[in-house]
Amino acid sequence: MVRVPALLACLAALACGGAPRGDVVQLWAVGREGEAVADLVPDFERSHPGVRVRVQQIPWSAAHEKLLTAYVGGAMPDVFQAGNTWLPELAALGALEPADGRVAADDGFPGIQDTNVVDGTTWGVPWYVDTRLLFYRSDLVPNPPRTWEAWVEAMARLKGDAGPERWAILLPSREWQVPVILALQKGAALLREGDRFGNFRSPPVRDAFAFYLDLFRRGFAPRSGETAAANVYQDFAHGLFAFYVTGPWNLGEFAARLPADFQPRWTTAPWPAPAGAEFPGVSLAGGASLVVARGSQRKEAAWALVEWLTQPAQQVRFFHATGDLPARRSAWADAGLRGDRHAQSFWIQLQSVRSTPKIPEWERIAAKIGQYAEAAVREDMTIDQALTALDRDVDAALEKRRWLLSR
Amino acid sequence: MTRRGPNPAWWLVAPALTLIGVFFVLPVAAGLLLSFTDFDVYTIAHPDRLRFVGLANYAHLAHDPRFWTALRNTLYFVAVGGPLSVGVSLGAALLLEARLARFRGFFRTVYFLPVVTTLVAVAVVWRDLYHPRHGLLNHVLGLGVDWLGDPRWAMPAIILLAVWKNFGFNMVIFLAGLQAIPERLYDAARLDGANAWQQLRHVTLPMLAPTLAFVAVITGIGYLQLFAEPYVMTQGGPGSSTTSVVLLMYEEGFRWWNMGVGSAIAFVLFAIILGLTLVQLRLRRPETA
Repeated sequence: MVRVPALLACLAALACGGAPRGDVVQLWAVGREGEAVADLVPDFERSHPGVRVRVQQIPWSAAHEKLLTAYVGGAMPDVFQAGNTWLPELAALGALEPADGRVAADDGFPGIQDTNVVDGTTWGVPWYVDTRLLFYRSDLVPNPPRTWEAWVEAMARLKGDAGPERWAILLPSREWQVPVILALQKGAALLREGDRFGNFRSPPVRDAFAFYLDLFRRGFAPRSGETAAANVYQDFAHGLFAFYVTGPWNLGEFAARLPADFQPRWTTAPWPAPAGAEFPGVSLAGGASLVVARGSQRKEAAWALVEWLTQPAQQVRFFHATGDLPARRSAWADAGLRGDRHAQSFWIQLQSVRSTPKIPEWERIAAKIGQYAEAAVREDMTIDQALTALDRDVDAALEKRRWLLSR
Repeated sequence: MTRRGPNPAWWLVAPALTLIGVFFVLPVAAGLLLSFTDFDVYTIAHPDRLRFVGLANYAHLAHDPRFWTALRNTLYFVAVGGPLSVGVSLGAALLLEARLARFRGFFRTVYFLPVVTTLVAVAVVWRDLYHPRHGLLNHVLGLGVDWLGDPRWAMPAIILLAVWKNFGFNMVIFLAGLQAIPERLYDAARLDGANAWQQLRHVTLPMLAPTLAFVAVITGIGYLQLFAEPYVMTQGGPGSSTTSVVLLMYEEGFRWWNMGVGSAIAFVLFAIILGLTLVQLRLRRPETA
């Protein structure tokens, strides 16, 4: 009679099946990081006798849902990799163990570390960092633009040379990141009154959106977005477009997929800044952190694993395995990144990154921004219709938050 | 003989009833209750943050353009894809049953293969077929259509995929129906001088009517629950042109964790399916009787 509940508990914890003696720390890592971290873990086990680590790899597309479901089902792992935009939601759930004092504050990027702090508490330890900036054809654009004005000039010239079937820049028409980055560069506050209401009709946001839509209207960017390119890498090499907004995950791809004789003809640049703002224009503080679940039974071992994985030495190895940029500044020199001309722009950009609003509703709001940005790019809506609808939807999505704050 | 205690039949059906109660009735009842609340991310860990909102989720849906878009997309899919799917299945079954057909077993298997193939694998191949520049479809048709990137073409592309993927199942049911038609009816028709078309029109189709009704209802119910095809092919895009009701429900419930709204969508869809199925059965009844 006792066995049935025990079996159920075992199934629920997904932790049964010949568990060895000592602590077994469950680690969930996402995507490629999951593969790479599995290769590091044996060294951790050697230096920490008595602690075993079981790595479970989760695809990016399912990670967020799986974490929430695991939380509801009481089946959280001890340590997991969380995209830093998920932290506010997981913190609101009470799913995380505070990480105050566990972050090497003087050896990181302040803008990145800030994404881990929600309502004054630190919830995660930055593992790797990313941000988006410009990849461009250095043979077509000799001097990377430092201002929006110079950028537009460069794009107008490129488009003039390129003709109707080629473009100056390839932008995803469905994603929220580029319009949000442009708005942040304008100094915009995306939400107002303590993140209680949308602020998308405010002049800085509207200006940034107008600038963004202009890139499509003037033919600098194809309206169909990334589907205009069959293969981003080949089309970049063939001159279908000269600028591309992407992140560090493409450094390795560009190096591997573009022909060797093409390599000197591209590089990266930090964002240009709008009039009145300092170069570089801010970008998004991205990346992922390692967090410990509040319900973990092995917190000590869990923190030991987090501490070990975020050490500069492991960050260097991790960078070589994945191409993920280290969250610890000291690891950059050791990884040979400081002398790398493509990575240099990321180093500069990472000093100037900002977090998106740190509220659980953000992912949802971000999806709405993408949705209305696409409608405006396709000219199904005017800019004012799109921003008004966006404010309305965002206000509705924040209704519960307003109620909770008013209690 | 006097009866003591409950009817023993209860003991016989008890296991099945218990399973249905625990795994069907209870969750459905819980879902219905959930649809009257604002259950969301904030509520998971703090039940005191749950608010009873009455019919607000349903009212929200009535005013949500995304829901109406999803409903329109789904009905488009059912109205075009349903008859097309049934027609293709019937055509394939008739061809396989034709006297001249050879290698019947082979073709029956081949036509049924898409049904048992996992959709994700199929989607990878079809995404290549639909590719605007290198895709086989545009190459063969001599077109430059951006099948999955153009809001006007994305749903037809999904319909084509769904019909191809599913017609084998209905085909097998039609085959069973065709084999149940007594040969003597055709003999009689031929004696009366009926040609092939007249035999189809006056023997095959009337005899197949109950099968047809069954297939139509099952296909209607299945197609109203369109989910996997847009989920793996387009994620509902471009511009929510392939967002179906179930995809919207999934997004509300499991992506945004708005379980209240998600449950409300589920019950609205349930009502729609029930309504349309009843209408369908009512329409068929005089024919089948």
